[in-house]
Amino acid sequence: MLPTAPAIVVDGVTKRFRRPQEQMHTLKERALHPLRRRAHDAFTAVDDVSFAVEQGEFFGIVGRNGSGKSTLLKLIAGIYQTNGGEIWVNGRLSTFIELGVGFNPDLAARDNVVLNGIMLGLTPTEARERYERVLDFAELREFEHLKLKNYSSGMHVRLAFSVMIQVDADVLLIDEVLAVGDAAFQQKCFDQFNRLRDAGKTIVLVTHDMGAVRRFCHRAILLERGRELATGDPEGIGAQYMEQNFRRIPEEAQQTDTGVEVDHGYERYRFGDGQARFVDLWLEDEQGERIEAPTQGRELVIRAECEFYADLEHPLVGLTIENEDHWPVFAASSAWHGERTGGFKAGERATLTVKLPNLFTTGRYFVSPNLAHRGSGLDLIDRRPRMHDFVVVGVRSSGHILEVDHDLSFERTQARVP
Amino acid sequence: MSALAEPTPLDRIRTGGGTRVAGPSALSGDWRRILALTWTLAYTEWRLKFFGSVLGYAWQLARPLAMFAIYYVIFTQAVRLGDGIRYYAPALLMSILLYQFFAEVTGASVGAVVGRENLVRKIHFPRIVIPLSIVLQATFNLVLNLVAVGIFIALGGVPVRAGWLWMIPLFGLLLMLVTGLAMLLSALYVRFRDVQPIWEVVTQAAFYATPIIYPITTVPEGTLRDIIMLNPLSVIVEQMKHAMFDPDQPSAAAASGAAWHLVFPLGLVLVLFVVGFVTFNRSAPRVAEDL
Repeated sequence: MLPTAPAIVVDGVTKRFRRPQEQMHTLKERALHPLRRRAHDAFTAVDDVSFAVEQGEFFGIVGRNGSGKSTLLKLIAGIYQTNGGEIWVNGRLSTFIELGVGFNPDLAARDNVVLNGIMLGLTPTEARERYERVLDFAELREFEHLKLKNYSSGMHVRLAFSVMIQVDADVLLIDEVLAVGDAAFQQKCFDQFNRLRDAGKTIVLVTHDMGAVRRFCHRAILLERGRELATGDPEGIGAQYMEQNFRRIPEEAQQTDTGVEVDHGYERYRFGDGQARFVDLWLEDEQGERIEAPTQGRELVIRAECEFYADLEHPLVGLTIENEDHWPVFAASSAWHGERTGGFKAGERATLTVKLPNLFTTGRYFVSPNLAHRGSGLDLIDRRPRMHDFVVVGVRSSGHILEVDHDLSFERTQARVP
Repeated sequence: MSALAEPTPLDRIRTGGGTRVAGPSALSGDWRRILALTWTLAYTEWRLKFFGSVLGYAWQLARPLAMFAIYYVIFTQAVRLGDGIRYYAPALLMSILLYQFFAEVTGASVGAVVGRENLVRKIHFPRIVIPLSIVLQATFNLVLNLVAVGIFIALGGVPVRAGWLWMIPLFGLLLMLVTGLAMLLSALYVRFRDVQPIWEVVTQAAFYATPIIYPITTVPEGTLRDIIMLNPLSVIVEQMKHAMFDPDQPSAAAASGAAWHLVFPLGLVLVLFVVGFVTFNRSAPRVAEDL
């Protein structure tokens, strides 16, 4: 069997930008400093990236701001020149970095459609032939002779979008900027994406929105600082992306911290007589490695270590978890387990371990451990509000507090009485 | 088929009819696409200007006519440069039109690539279209203006002569000159923003370094006239005056002293064209990032 050719092949592509350190824009400056060479930072925006997109595939390029995803798209589109590697494309390619490139507000629909169509690679004859279809698709027949500047933004978008659909390219490169705008417009974009996908077009979508990737893409590549982190199915890429996104924030927070303990500003609400103090709190994965971003659906292991400065008998120990909105979403206490925690001597250390299924929706959470003398639990030894925070990563984010596996069915229980 | 023999995606697309993305350039795509784009951009812009205001075309013509009226009054009534020269008025108007064409193309091309930033950064197309469309757009104007001048010439009673055919090679030369400059200026301005004020001065100087308002015979023979005749615009305008209006006026060759002296201005046109194209062609691949 002959293997079918891929639609796009990107092979070891590298793109470097020169960034002049000191902008010398004028001849005068050059004349005054003829010997000074322009100092340049070489900035590698895309670094040895390879992937192939098969025909009919909806492929995502994902990454955070500055990861090089838009540069990569422009390289495929032929807007930038590569510094290394090869890019091959099979079939007619159209780029949509912006809707309606070349649209002129002073022209009526017809001229703009023809202009835009030619810019996107049609011949003038083709562009004119498709005008009727574009107009019908955009449902703008009655506004045909109106200048574009008098169009509402919704009409503008409809026109641009239908040109894009009717250009009928084999390979479409689409930038996420298309998906800005109000919810109705986004939905319109998304509907078109689905339509294109169903029509068997090869589409490359650049986005930082994992939701869009999961909704549309068959596969995706994840970029970080110009390098390929992973290529694969949207679910896996999505999980990695979330992890990569949030891991950085605690790291950065700690860099600015001078002390041993991370102070989130809640230290002043710390209470207790100080006969023992929490010294460390962390999360673990199954292997016992410390993590900052536990994955939804797995077991969540929280450990808090305290050091005793006095002899204590059966202290009460526990912790609470709050979400971003300061809602307490979980609490655990040795009091509820009726456990006698035992006696501790000054100088000893003990570690509290709480294990629970991670059913939380994605987002940031704060852990506050507490230690109290036996009895009512109000006689605090150490309570450290928001001693630690972590981010739950996962693919489910319903916006509600819990993400719980569940069954749902909807069946007729009684036939209609005639 | 063993795992080793499995073709890589690169092999498959190479053999499967794929084409390599070459990146941006001055002349990518076939010439028909270049022509179609040039025409579309030029025609759209021109039509916008033409129909954009109530008096569209009138304004287009008003400028050279106003210039003409001022110079005509001054140089026939006050300074009397035109005394004893046949058809001074229509020749003056014609010269102003040619100069205006030169000034319009070069002036508009300076900021052209930067002004089309939106297209350059967002779409792949042969970059040469940008300066070419400016030349074409100005040519539309020139042709329309020539119609108006034609009426004026007819009213002025200028006899029809075989010498009028000279206009074809002269237009060709002018077109080559402005196209070369359009490519050069639009490419240079991306990196050197002071091209604009410099060029404004050059344009102004070119007006007086061309025998438009004065007959070349009023310039004493010698260095000054030689310098003026080095200017390709002078060659075009002088030959036009000689061939179209008054054979008594010296031809370009005569004004230069000898026919071979024309090698310099003609060579300059050629050099500007080649240098303009090479400069544009070399800057085209990086223009989207240099903007």
